[in-house]
Amino acid sequence: MKKKALPGYGISRKTLLSAALAAFAKLDPRVEFKNPVMFTVWAGSLLCTIAAAAEWIGGLPPSSFAVQVIAWLWFTLLFANFAEGIAEAQGKARADSLRSMRNAITAHLFNGGEKTKDVKSSELRSGDLVVCETGDLIPGDGEVVEGVASVDESAITGESAPVIREAGGDRSGVTGGTRVISDRIVIRITADPGEGFVDKMILMVENATRQKTPGEIALTILLASLTMIFLIAVVSLYPFSRYIANESKSMNALSLLKLVTLLVCLIPTTIGGLLSAIGISGVSRLMRKNVMALSGRAIEAAGDIDVLLLDKTGTITYGNRMATELIAAKGVSEPELAEAALAASLADDTPEGRSIVALVRDRLPARPAAAAGGAFVPFSASTRMSGVDFLAAGGESDPKRAIRKGALSAVREFVEGRGGTVPPEAVGACERIARSGGTPLAVSVGNRVLGVIHLKDVVKQGIKERFAGLRAMGIRTVMITGDNRLTAAAIAAESGVSDFIAEAKPESKLEAIRQEQAGGHLVGMIGDGTNDAPALAQADVGVAMASGTQTAREAGNMIDFDNDPAKVIDVVEVGKQLLITRGSLTTFSIANDVAKYFAILPAVFSGFYAAGGRSPLAALNIMRLATPESAILSAVVFNAIIIIALIPLALRGVKFNPAAGASRILRKNLLIYGLGGIVAPFVGIKLLDMLLGALGLA
Amino acid sequence: MKSQDFVEIAIVAFVAIGAAPFLAAYMARVYSGDKHPLRFLAPVEKFFYRITGIDSGQEMDWKKYALSLLAFSSASIVLLFLILVGQGHLPLDSQKLPGMSWHLALNTAISFVTNTNWQAYSGEASLSYFSQAVGLAVQNFLSAAAGMAVAIAVIRGIAAHKANPEGAAPSLGNFWVDMTRTVLYILLPLSIVIALVLVSQGVVQSLSGYVPSLSLEGKQDLIPLGPAASQVAIKHLGTNGGGFFGPNSAFPLENPTPLSNIVEVIAQILIPFAFPLLFGRMVGKKGQGRVVFAVMLVLLVVLVFSAVASERRWGSMEGKETRFGKSDSALFAVLTTITSCGAVDAMHDSFSPLGGMIPMINIMLGEVIFGGVGSGLYGMLALVLITVFIAGLMVGRSPEYLGKKIEAREIQLAMLAIIAPNFLILAFSAVAVSLPVGLMGLSNRGPHGLSEILYAYASGAGNNGSAFGGLSVNTPFYNLTLGADMLIGRFGVIFPMLGAAGSLAAKKLVAPGAGTFKTDTGTFGVLLLSVVVIVAGLTHFPALTLGPILDHFLMTMGATL
Repeated sequence: MKKKALPGYGISRKTLLSAALAAFAKLDPRVEFKNPVMFTVWAGSLLCTIAAAAEWIGGLPPSSFAVQVIAWLWFTLLFANFAEGIAEAQGKARADSLRSMRNAITAHLFNGGEKTKDVKSSELRSGDLVVCETGDLIPGDGEVVEGVASVDESAITGESAPVIREAGGDRSGVTGGTRVISDRIVIRITADPGEGFVDKMILMVENATRQKTPGEIALTILLASLTMIFLIAVVSLYPFSRYIANESKSMNALSLLKLVTLLVCLIPTTIGGLLSAIGISGVSRLMRKNVMALSGRAIEAAGDIDVLLLDKTGTITYGNRMATELIAAKGVSEPELAEAALAASLADDTPEGRSIVALVRDRLPARPAAAAGGAFVPFSASTRMSGVDFLAAGGESDPKRAIRKGALSAVREFVEGRGGTVPPEAVGACERIARSGGTPLAVSVGNRVLGVIHLKDVVKQGIKERFAGLRAMGIRTVMITGDNRLTAAAIAAESGVSDFIAEAKPESKLEAIRQEQAGGHLVGMIGDGTNDAPALAQADVGVAMASGTQTAREAGNMIDFDNDPAKVIDVVEVGKQLLITRGSLTTFSIANDVAKYFAILPAVFSGFYAAGGRSPLAALNIMRLATPESAILSAVVFNAIIIIALIPLALRGVKFNPAAGASRILRKNLLIYGLGGIVAPFVGIKLLDMLLGALGLA
Repeated sequence: MKSQDFVEIAIVAFVAIGAAPFLAAYMARVYSGDKHPLRFLAPVEKFFYRITGIDSGQEMDWKKYALSLLAFSSASIVLLFLILVGQGHLPLDSQKLPGMSWHLALNTAISFVTNTNWQAYSGEASLSYFSQAVGLAVQNFLSAAAGMAVAIAVIRGIAAHKANPEGAAPSLGNFWVDMTRTVLYILLPLSIVIALVLVSQGVVQSLSGYVPSLSLEGKQDLIPLGPAASQVAIKHLGTNGGGFFGPNSAFPLENPTPLSNIVEVIAQILIPFAFPLLFGRMVGKKGQGRVVFAVMLVLLVVLVFSAVASERRWGSMEGKETRFGKSDSALFAVLTTITSCGAVDAMHDSFSPLGGMIPMINIMLGEVIFGGVGSGLYGMLALVLITVFIAGLMVGRSPEYLGKKIEAREIQLAMLAIIAPNFLILAFSAVAVSLPVGLMGLSNRGPHGLSEILYAYASGAGNNGSAFGGLSVNTPFYNLTLGADMLIGRFGVIFPMLGAAGSLAAKKLVAPGAGTFKTDTGTFGVLLLSVVVIVAGLTHFPALTLGPILDHFLMTMGATL
């Protein structure tokens, strides 16, 4: 199905502009203070700027080198802020478009009678009843309490086919900003202004209001501790260098500017600057899949899920039984059976009927003559058959041409009532089909049974590969179904699901989750009905469908606007990708330091004991950087631009293939971000050194 | 390298590595209270509990465990301080030695209680037999036992988990019981054996006074004696390292023959080698212990060969025992510094700059390459937690170690344990090079002087206790700063690690699966090794550049200072 592009997907010029403005606004110390690594850069840059300014006022203009270094220190900070800003802007663009859509809606307050009162949607309170009729925009998130309507949710999901929302069932949830395209419903509003889904979403993508997730807090502690170590190492270097300077009588102790530069290059600015962008982009990436996480914690937890509880219907199978085979009785040609099956189904609008039509047209491209003029006999609970009757010349229905399809027992009764019998091979075929977990449908014309249609729960395409991938990632999939064991086992085998629970009752899900959790597993599930609410709340990651009941939506910690049961698999992948990205960039950031030491230390120490222009520590300058100034400048420039260079990666996430398995993914990332993290700055700094030399900047 | 060197390294490696699994199995039985060969001593254990009033059945959480240790160590410091200050009034003072100055006594008391055994004095010139045997030798046992007890408690915290979500966190054991069992079943029996071997090689064991003699040069000399062998045994076995005599194991009466040298070397790595394997056993996954062991061994081999190589390339015989030579001295230096033992058989100060830097790097790595008894393991576990946290994310799951999620609290505590010694080394060295009282003690100036100071504070903070030499440290400034250095270096690691163990014990187990980050593989070994090297390297590389590295390049340039 084709989807419309929704706002907030790409990086527009507007996004870039607002990110650039945010980069400056975020220089506010109160904002920087939240990030210990970047606050250290901020304090260091400020200190150097003030010191240089004070010297200038004292009559000593700063060198071109000092100006460049100080500028790059500030750039480091701005680049990190820009990364965060771009992630925010991207997320907000999506949220803003959703918000603007619903702000100006007029709501028709309903007081139980015929009269309604018009108010602005922003004045609606939780518990208010509103009426929506054909063409109206739904003014807020809520639940249908009266009526049935078809609703166009394309503004949120991008899906153009309208959906049915009705009171009382498991499809009673509506989202603000969607449009009623037929009928009339009464909706109870379930969120106060500022607390709806979209508002929550905006809070999640704005760093100022976003709550740090447990993983981010732990990582921030690690980064702050590393910053502390480097702070000690660099601060103590001043007295050490002063002592050596005194001893060697050849130069002064290290200057403030050099110490700050060394510090900024060493502390993990790469991951420190990108950490919140990674977190925000996780929220955005989920949103792109039309899933809204109600907390960042839930996205992180999604990566840890190792058991997925999946409903059979809709997740593993298409949810409707489909015709897959035509088995003709003895003496009946397949086209004959096909023609009868087609005739019985042409006007049958049920999914089964449609699937029969599709199958026949697929099998017999030379399309049998459509049986014109027949009167459709719809399925009823008492006859348990559907079919078509043809009028004889006298206007009476012609019993010889009556076509029926239905359960074998119903068809047998029908044909035996007209003096016919059911051939034994048709009975055999029916038994065989039932044993394999399918549903047999007998087809008769008059009093003759022509054959059997095999209806099958069809497993979704590609689901087997996805389960294999999940298994490689260490995730066990458990299918849950109300079917009997036989049917369940057949579907389980075909779909490659790890495990199944058959003949499940509504409470089985909760039980299963509790049992898995007691065994030390983290469980994810998706659900929609009120029945699902306790299980959604118990699960470590509970994805509620937006169409679901209010109870279900409140119980889950994510909401899927596509109402796609398979979405929980995407959610797990986004969670894992988020964690991998975070780990990879942390590794990269720390690995970078090795090269920076070899660039900066020989440069800043070059004067000690230098005799005849030869520095004893020159041997450490393994990159052969041109001059001490150029070495320091190259390191600080590299340190700053690597942040910009990695923004796309932070926003997109590290590529990963779930099917590769945990240890291969680890080894690959170690190679790219660990080893690569050591090598890249050696190359980068050397190139920058050559470039700066060529430009005459250092 | 001479073939004799290879033979000696081979013997040491063979014995220590070969003994480790057996010792680990035995220790696991001792600590879990299972049957073991020395079980016949159990009445002694019970009797000891009865007379001391220890409730051996009491289960301790991490706070109780830490407080017991704190109380015990504080009392030990006070007692030892009083003995050292008042030895003139105590028995067995054949040489009529006066009490130590207060600051030296305080430094020495902290030094021996923290298993550092830094010595700002010379044993034969400053200490009575009473101070040696009742004061120091006892602490040699107790400080070693304390380190081992803490390691065991930390292992228990990692291994344990709540039986049910609502239940109380499992205990880390009982401090007093762990101490008693360590001394009774592990340290005492082994040191008796070692002491007997040492006596057979000629290490003195006597309570007689010093013997006057006429030296070959015709000068009147005093040959010091004392109850040395018994103390030298535990000095090595417990990775204490405080020499009975001033020159430590470079002194013939403390280390007379090649065989005694080998025995002393083996003794100091025996228990540290067993600890990672003991860890694997106690968490029920031997592979986990073997990875940690392998990482330690690889680092050890690299360091031994670089030290030996740099001594053979650039070293001289100054400050080395002619009986041992360059390679042997380098081997001893590496082993003594990696194990936090700190006994020396050569003066590290006289090594070539790079040769001398290796022992210093060993200590700066955090004393985790086998390290001190017990302390090496819990120090390494802090780095293991950090490694798991950084790399574990890369498989796409929140980091977990042995089924426990590593979260903010564990990271905070592990980083605290890693930062504490590093902070002390750099901060105190920075103060020392900035003050005249600090620079006054230097016998060499320039980069070498910086090395001397860095080494001293590294040795203290890492609870190693070996001295680089060349620094006069018996001054109020050095005695007090090094005292603080040792004290915080010891407990600044112990308390966070006990806290982390307590926090881990209270966690529920996460089931392992194909998506779990595996910590018993070669990949993890490489990662852990990189983290150990990178954390220490990034912290100390700038200071080392101005110290030994600059020293080295000046030497190779032929510059004179």
